[in-house]
Amino acid sequence: MVFLSGDLKAARPFARFLRAGTVPSWADLVAFVLLAALAVLVLRGAEDMSRPLAALHAAPVTLDPVRLPEYALRTTMRMFLALGASLVFTVTVATLAAKSRKAELLIVPALDILQSVPVLGFLTFTVTFFMGLFPGRQLGVECAAIFAIFTSQAWNMAFSFYQSLRTIPADLDEVSRQFRFSPWRRFTRLELPFATPSLVWNVMMSMSGGWFFVVASEAITVGDTTVTLPGIGSWLSIAIARQDMGAVALGVAAMAVVIVLYDQLVFRPMVAWADKFRFEQTASQQRPASWPYDLLRRAAWTRSLAKPLAGLFRAASDLRAPIALPAPRLPAPSPALGRILDGLWAVLVAAVVAGGAWLLWSFLGARLAFADLCQVGLLGLATLVRVVVLIALATLVWVPIGVWIGLRPAWAERLQPIAQFLAALPANVLFPFAVAAIVALRLNPDIWLSPLMVLGTQWYILFNVIAGASAIPGDLREAAGMFGLRGWQWWRQVAIPGIFPYYVTGALTASGGSWNASIVAEAVSWGHEHIEAAGLGAYIAKATAAGDSARVALGVAVMSVFVIAFNRVLWRPMHRFAERRLRLA
Amino acid sequence: MTCFTPIKTTAPLVEAKAVRHLYGKTEGANLLVLDNVDLTLEENEIVGLLGRSGSGKSTLLRSIAGLIKPTSGDIAFPPRSDGPTTVGMVFQSFALFPWLTVLQNVEVGLEAKGVRADERRRRALAAIDLIGLDGFENAYPKELSGGMRQRVGLARALVVDPSILLMDEPFSALDVLTAETLRTDLLDLWSEGRMPIKSILMVTHNIEEAVLMCDRILVFSSNPGRVVSTIKVDLPQPRNRQDPAFRTQVERIYAQMTRPDQAPTANDGAFPGSGLGMVLPRVSTNVMAGLIEAVHAAPFDGRAPMPDLAQALQYEADELFPIAETLQLLRLAELREGDLALTATARRYAEAEVDARKQIFAQQLLAHVPLAAHIRRVLDERPSHVAPASRFLDELEDSMSPSYARQTQRAVINWGRYAEIFSYDEGAERFSLDDPA
Repeated sequence: MVFLSGDLKAARPFARFLRAGTVPSWADLVAFVLLAALAVLVLRGAEDMSRPLAALHAAPVTLDPVRLPEYALRTTMRMFLALGASLVFTVTVATLAAKSRKAELLIVPALDILQSVPVLGFLTFTVTFFMGLFPGRQLGVECAAIFAIFTSQAWNMAFSFYQSLRTIPADLDEVSRQFRFSPWRRFTRLELPFATPSLVWNVMMSMSGGWFFVVASEAITVGDTTVTLPGIGSWLSIAIARQDMGAVALGVAAMAVVIVLYDQLVFRPMVAWADKFRFEQTASQQRPASWPYDLLRRAAWTRSLAKPLAGLFRAASDLRAPIALPAPRLPAPSPALGRILDGLWAVLVAAVVAGGAWLLWSFLGARLAFADLCQVGLLGLATLVRVVVLIALATLVWVPIGVWIGLRPAWAERLQPIAQFLAALPANVLFPFAVAAIVALRLNPDIWLSPLMVLGTQWYILFNVIAGASAIPGDLREAAGMFGLRGWQWWRQVAIPGIFPYYVTGALTASGGSWNASIVAEAVSWGHEHIEAAGLGAYIAKATAAGDSARVALGVAVMSVFVIAFNRVLWRPMHRFAERRLRLA
Repeated sequence: MTCFTPIKTTAPLVEAKAVRHLYGKTEGANLLVLDNVDLTLEENEIVGLLGRSGSGKSTLLRSIAGLIKPTSGDIAFPPRSDGPTTVGMVFQSFALFPWLTVLQNVEVGLEAKGVRADERRRRALAAIDLIGLDGFENAYPKELSGGMRQRVGLARALVVDPSILLMDEPFSALDVLTAETLRTDLLDLWSEGRMPIKSILMVTHNIEEAVLMCDRILVFSSNPGRVVSTIKVDLPQPRNRQDPAFRTQVERIYAQMTRPDQAPTANDGAFPGSGLGMVLPRVSTNVMAGLIEAVHAAPFDGRAPMPDLAQALQYEADELFPIAETLQLLRLAELREGDLALTATARRYAEAEVDARKQIFAQQLLAHVPLAAHIRRVLDERPSHVAPASRFLDELEDSMSPSYARQTQRAVINWGRYAEIFSYDEGAERFSLDDPA
């Protein structure tokens, strides 16, 4: 056989990898300590969670710095439990949507709406529900908090998984059909690996969003019930109630440390691992690196441990029905019958939707007057104006800065992780500082509370613009330089078209996040000082605190309509335009 | 040792009878890709399905692989004394799982059949060894060159011990040198009987490749796909491309593929549909101009045999045919018996300056492409001289699939823009008579 020279070259790095079997023992030790510590921490946290609620009253959350690490651990555990639930939801619901056309008709629009609905408003309902489910135990409140985080994480993950399943490459699909893969093997061998890279990315985005909710959902007040679960969120809310600036700062620092740790210990390794599932036939120039991942791969014992695990996974994908059932080969229904079934399904869905609408109407109609709707609509407009103005301001500030950074690779490399970190840091932990300033300086809350809404979300614009500017091809920039493009012409013809698709993605995320943030940003407290701005967010927050479920429902419904309309009218067309006209092939 | 000799079976491996396949929606925009095709695959032969894109050869192959259920017709694997007939398939795009190593990719079919792990490993390693992939067992596909990837695809198809190896344009994604190496290796393995297979059925659009490898070639016409002739290649292996007998064979097939009586219906030749409903290929006006100039110039001087032309321009047959057929559609050239002859209009075009060329092209376009004339007429009639693209797209979709409609519209937009018979605004998706100046 004749090998072309290119083939031989490709073999070399692989051979080097094989020889790396002589393992430094320090890697074993470090990896062992890290994993063992992790296991102990998880066990501790799980033990605490199942205690009765009375224990919580006996030993309430205190502002004792010694207990802060424990609180941080409990908060992190909630995050990961919610993430686990989101993954289960993703895999089942998205798979169902991709496999069944009828389920798809229902699930896809539902996911699309749930993605943009202010989930923070649901807290009232879920807390009541879960506390009823486990009366007298902490588990009920824990579940409510975890569910709140889940509702902030699941939808975009499910959506990305669904989209991956729908874009499985045709040739791989044919291979798996030609070899008669069982549905389970098809899932483990083809669908799951193919969906992994974008799922990992969405998990990271979800985690960033989740931190925001964990802070808001640990100290829950619904009507007369107030529960503070041990966690950073409760720590912060107590520190705010006591006007203890030092404790707030400590809480923020703890949060920052946790975010950096999970980024380094969980997400970097995950991204490095997911790189092998990227569907591309050429080796990428820059592979994502992660020191814990390298450490685990290098340590001899983790590899020998991983082998049986991998074997287990293979065995799992080998699973088959004990009796080989003949595949049910139903004759394809005739097109006419198919149309009739589709019609029936549509009628069924329409009936359920109409029933739901009627239920909502009768529930709200009995408790609210038409004037409420008008009031909520006006408040919605006020919040809309805030969101639009703030996104525009954030754009004016961050687009030039992002482009400047993106065009300088050395800077981009250093600043990109910081922008991503800032996006993950829940902005609500920073509110006390702003509120203290507003109170001290006697500023108008209608204006000065607004910036809090974009405090956490503006970074999405920044890091997307940085990514877009670094992706502008070098030859395009060189051509622009050769022809002396500068000033407005350069922005109009090079920079803005180059970053536009990225900017739209960032601004879409930022505006959605800002709507959500309005619920906590428009009405804030600092000890006994309570200030609020006129807006839909403050309306929902007040109704939640008062336990007025009808007004919460109305507020959330109206906000959802605003968000969805905003997405459809502004962001969708921009996204389509960017896809069609500005994609650099 | 067995005490008896099994009855030597002469049953063919595959018998496909009257296979017909329609693509598209159930009503209206159907496209007949395969029309009444018969195929019999005997033991110990390499059969090539040769035709242009859209001739349904791939559809036939996929029907035999069980990936497509043809609309009508029968594909049978007659019972044989040596067990049931099975197939293995090699894909044009290799279709390797990027997250699995070479070894895992090769094992994937055995795994699906439930073969035990140790036997799986043994058989996969044997196939890897056979196909020349030793040392690459633990590499991932993205670390390999195209040629090595297709070897993995080949090993994966062979390891399940199929009776028939199906290959869908297996070498067309490879560079010339790599493809030749792989062909030679495959033919060596075949002639030495080292592969477990009984026959090979391959799809190709490369005439030389078919003559080089196959014992029998089925030439397909396009739109709809039919077998227009079956050619037996008796040249001894290994075959030499420079051998005069080889060249004659290649030229005969070229002539076969350009015979005018192949056009099944009374439309303008190669493209499916007629009148407004004709599916137009996306052929750039630059390429048309280039081909006219090449045939106009020496040594062809207005008339060129297609094989020579393909060689001179370094095009493959299926790349050259759509261009030549577009020229034929515009009455700028004629395809006869494997020759491409320019018309008098085309010779004028070749000598003309840019603006005069555009005028000639515009005349031919309006006279012979009904869709272009139709768009122009609608624009002339409207006081605003503006019409949305969706208007014409809807009309096209009445007689063809949405993807063909889009392709046809793109083609007519490009030709119309060059001819300056109308202009098109991509952002607004609108035709108009505006002069961009």
